[in-house]
Parts: sequence; structure tokens; C-alpha cells
Amino acid sequence: MVDTAQQTSEEIALLQVRDLAKHFDVSKPWLARVLEHQPRQILKAVDGLSFEIKKGETFSLVGESGCGKSTVAKLIVGLHGPSRGEIIFDGINLNEAISNKDSNLVRRRWQMIFQDPYASLNPRWRVRDIVSEPIRVFKLARSKDEILARVGELLTQVGLSPADGDKFPHEFSGGQRQRISIARALSSEPEFLVCDEPTSALDVSVQAQILNLMKDLQRRLGLTYLFISHNLAVVYHVSDRIGVMYLGRLCEVATASDLFKSPKHPYTRLLLNTIPDMDMTGIERAPVQGEVPNPIDPPNGCTFHPRCPLANDRCHKESPKLRQVGDTMIACHAVEENRHS
Amino acid sequence: MSLLEVRNLRVEFPNRRGALLAIDDISFLIEPGEVLGVVGESGAGKSLTGASIIGLLEPPGRIAAGEILLEGERIDNLPYEEMRRIRGKKIGAIFQDPLTSLNPLYTISRQLTETILVHMDMTQAQARTRAIELLEEVGIPAAEKRMDSYPHEFSGGMRQRVVIALALCANPKLIVADEPTTALDVSIQAQIIALLKRLCKDHKTAVMLITHDMGVIAETADRVAVMYAGRIAEIGKVRDVIKDAKHPYTKGLMGSIPIVGHDVEVLQQIDGSMPRLTEIPKGCAFNARCPDAFERCFHDRPDLMPTGGPSAAACWLYDTETANG
Repeated sequence: MVDTAQQTSEEIALLQVRDLAKHFDVSKPWLARVLEHQPRQILKAVDGLSFEIKKGETFSLVGESGCGKSTVAKLIVGLHGPSRGEIIFDGINLNEAISNKDSNLVRRRWQMIFQDPYASLNPRWRVRDIVSEPIRVFKLARSKDEILARVGELLTQVGLSPADGDKFPHEFSGGQRQRISIARALSSEPEFLVCDEPTSALDVSVQAQILNLMKDLQRRLGLTYLFISHNLAVVYHVSDRIGVMYLGRLCEVATASDLFKSPKHPYTRLLLNTIPDMDMTGIERAPVQGEVPNPIDPPNGCTFHPRCPLANDRCHKESPKLRQVGDTMIACHAVEENRHS
Repeated sequence: MSLLEVRNLRVEFPNRRGALLAIDDISFLIEPGEVLGVVGESGAGKSLTGASIIGLLEPPGRIAAGEILLEGERIDNLPYEEMRRIRGKKIGAIFQDPLTSLNPLYTISRQLTETILVHMDMTQAQARTRAIELLEEVGIPAAEKRMDSYPHEFSGGMRQRVVIALALCANPKLIVADEPTTALDVSIQAQIIALLKRLCKDHKTAVMLITHDMGVIAETADRVAVMYAGRIAEIGKVRDVIKDAKHPYTKGLMGSIPIVGHDVEVLQQIDGSMPRLTEIPKGCAFNARCPDAFERCFHDRPDLMPTGGPSAAACWLYDTETANG
């Protein structure tokens, strides 16, 4: 793992995201707005996000619910259209590529694994039809026999047996269903997988199986992952680099070891402070204060300032930009000015 | 005397072909003021154990055998009305989803004062004062103002605080908390755990904390019972179970949890998944997944036995006769 990360670090980014934004209109209907004299309400789910993912690495986005991490996943695979900004995959601008009629050639190069393996598999389809759908859509096989052989191969790859192709999803446990999801994602031979909380619905012992499988597949097939999770321990285990999100923006992007050893942004420190102490050291920790504000009406300036112990006047007024500090990227006035509490 | 004693509890769900045994002969104690963590994967029977104690087992589920004693008196066979008086007064409950445990049509103040008036001898005004005190105690800012808000006006973390206040209304001796932080964000989870810890210390309330998250247990509980397929696999002090697990299932479970700061390339994994209730094998329920299983595990069902260490485990590896023979 470490070796591959170093080898690829000099290569160009597989995915570049530049100033990506997604705004949802959550206003009341027109008549209600006119009668109650209310303005339009815009929810800025993702607001100006820029990052890069290098080939062969696992980049994770972490954050609490409502921070926009799943919206980013949906924007990248094209399930939402962006309000602003661009996504460039291996030199191809996705906004243009998706509307193009040859879009299938590009689209099969990335796939998505969803959180809930109970909701993401069609209960009326047999497993072999579920797994072979991308093969049929992208016309990757010539005959039925070829498709069947490929499905058998894929099921073996994720630790199921080819005979499981005849069954229906309800005959499998949660962990096995997530394996089916992974087999489906791999069937179009993608290079890049977007994994939105792939283990959150699973029990810990099953989570370990899936995480091990994903790491093993990455090694064997040279996959690149965008991994989205709220579980910091899982993120620590799988990631090469991590982006921490808060209210639609990135506050810190760093390698996994830097982020966990020396977190810089006050929000990252707060998040790390909430990790349960499994080593039973019994160290008393500073209590975490406050809650995530309503994203429809976020605070001015730095959106984290109401919870931040280092906030001053500048943080109330001016929104910080993501800046390079050493190997990490941080959006914080306090870090920039070297302020300490 | 123990505060709560569960003796050989069995819970079953009758069906056309007989009955599914969801909880199979479990026994444990909770001492006054103690936090007992109950941990296990989904379907292990941990929530059913909690529901049996507070008398909220959903039919057709029923207690088939065993006894539950609160302060030395049986509570598992009480008529509905009598159990209703104990529930809330002596045993409080906190559930996973704070939105479904509050009535959306009543204000917080009405829900709190109603509970207080049912269980305590107070006037309306006294009840209101007590409700405000409770809300302040669980850390709701401007409690007096927020009293007359509806549940939807609170955030998830604040709602869970209200639910905790509700559970504390009548100063119960025991609180059964079923996944109290699962629906919450990590930063809110840390706040709620800290709150629960402080409250049980201040009030000397015992807590039965049911969760699937070993991290929450490590932070909060004094002792932990690890459940697997309707039975207790291992029970002991939290530190002992986490640091020096004895049962092969607990060992596997601990190894499969990713921990920040521990660099492992491959997580230890327990192959397979927990058997369905209809397919529990003969002998030890864990035998199919156990790396150390031997012949006896496929014939006889182990009970909790001393392990030579501080915890007790239901595993034949620790049976002195087997070891000698």
C-alpha cells in the first residue's frame, strides 16, 4: 500500500474537482412566499469545493450529517448536476462528457457503492441480473455465455460462489448483499469507485470483512477510491488522504497520518476528540461544545466560528480560503495567524 | 442486594412450527449505581433483553421461562397496570430515535409535567418547576423558554436530552438505554455520553446501556456483557473484556474494530455472519465461525464459566474437565 502510494504520488491526478458547488432551492411555493413576504431559500449543500484524487489512492471525506459529503459523491458520479464548478476525470470534463452521446465510454470508468445494501439491490431481480446490468448496458460482452462466465468470475472475486447468481437478494445477509453491490460496481471494469458510507449499515465483524475485501480489490485491480464516512476509525484505517468537511466546505485536507497525528483545524481537533477511547487510557477530555448549525442559514464568515475556541472578529466576518500549509491544506484564520487559545 | 437480577431468562416467539428462541437462558446482575453495557451485533437479542426488563416485549414475543427481580421483587409476571406504575418510576427508558419517543403533538412541558404528575405527588406548578430543573440539568439552554416548544423545534441532540430528562422525571433506580446515541452525530454522541455518565454519578442511577458500538461501552460502562445469538458469550469488567478478551467471539470482535492509532493492514475478521434464529446450530451457537472449535463445541452448549481471568465466558476452552481430558 505504502509503496503504491509513493509510486503514484508523482503522477497526475485521476480526478480533479474545482470550485464545485451544489445549491438546492428549498423555498416554499411561489404563492406562499408572496403572501408571507418571504425570500427564496437556498440550501448550499456543497459550496466551493476543490480537491484532487491521485491514481491508486483512497481519498476520504469525513464530516457530520448535513455537511454535504454524500452530495459530493452524487455530483461526482453524475446523479446531481453541479450548480457551479467542474469535475475533471482523467483530463475529461464530466459536465461536457455526460451530455455527449459517447458518454457511455467514459461512464463505465467509474461506479458507485451505496450505503444501504437493502435499498440498493432490486428485490425482484436475480443476483446475476443485478451484477450483469452494467455489462449489458455498456455492451461489454458478446454472448449470454460470456456474461454468465463474467458474473461467476465477479462473484468469486468478492467471496461469493458463482451458484449464488441464481438467488434473489433477500436470501443474503447484509454483508453478502454489500458484496453483491461491489461485484456489480466492478462489472464494468471501472478505475474509480465512489463509496458512500459502504459499511455504515453493517455490523462490526461484517464491516471488517468488507473493508478487507475493498483493500484487497484495490491492491489487485489498482482501483482508486473516494471513500465517504462519518466513522473516523474506519477512515483512519482505509485512507491515504482525508478531507474534513463542515457545512459544505473543506476545512482541512491532509494525509491520514498527518491528520490524526497533528490535526490543525479546530474542527478537526474537535472531531478527533470525540473518538471513543478504546485503549482505555482513562484520559479526561475537554467536552465538545455546540451543534452543527442549520445549513439553510449558516453563520457569517467562517461557518465554524460559533463553536470555535479560537474565533475572533475576523472569523465572524471573513470566510477563510483553503490554503497550503506544508503538506496540508487548511481553511482557518487562526492557523494562518498562528493564534492559540 | 443487587438492584436488578435476571435469572435464566428465555424469550420466545411462537410460530406455526413451534417457537423461535430469541433469548436463550441468560442471567446477570446489575448493582446499584452501576453501568452495565450490553453489546452485540444486530439480532443478538440485546434489545429484547432490555424490552423484557421494562415489560415492553411486543407480542407475540413472550417470556417463556426465568425471572426478573427488581430490588428482590419479581417484575416479570406483574399485571399490566402494576408494571405501568413501576415503569417510569423505578425503571426509566431511553430509546434510539428521540423523534419517535416524543409525542409530536404535545409541547415538551406537557410531556414532562404529565410524567411527573403520574409518578410523583406534586401540584401542577411544582411539576413545572421540576421539569425546568430537569431540562437545565440535561443541559438545555434557556430551559424556561424552550419548555413550551414542540419536539420538532429541537435538534436531534437536544431531543435526546429531553428524552433523558423524561427518563429521569421520577428519579428511577435503573435506566434502560437502548442505543441512545446511535442516531446522533459523533460530536453530539460524545456530549450525550458525557451527560449520561455525569447524571448516573450524581443520581446514583444504574444504567443498562445497550449498544452495538464497543467505543461507547469503553467510554461509559463499568461492566460489559457480550451477547451472541441470544446468549451471553462473555461478561466482565470493561477493561478486562477489551484488553484481554477470553471468548473467541469477543476476541474476533475486538480485532475487527478499526482503531485510530493502530496501524494494521488487514483487520482481523470473523468469517460468516451470525446464524438466523431458525438456524442456530447444535452445541455452541458460535461453532461454525470459531477458529478454536473442537468436537465438544458441536454437541454441548456451554454456560458461562470462570476463565481463570477476571471475566466469565461461555466457552468450552475454559472448562477444566475438557482441558484436563
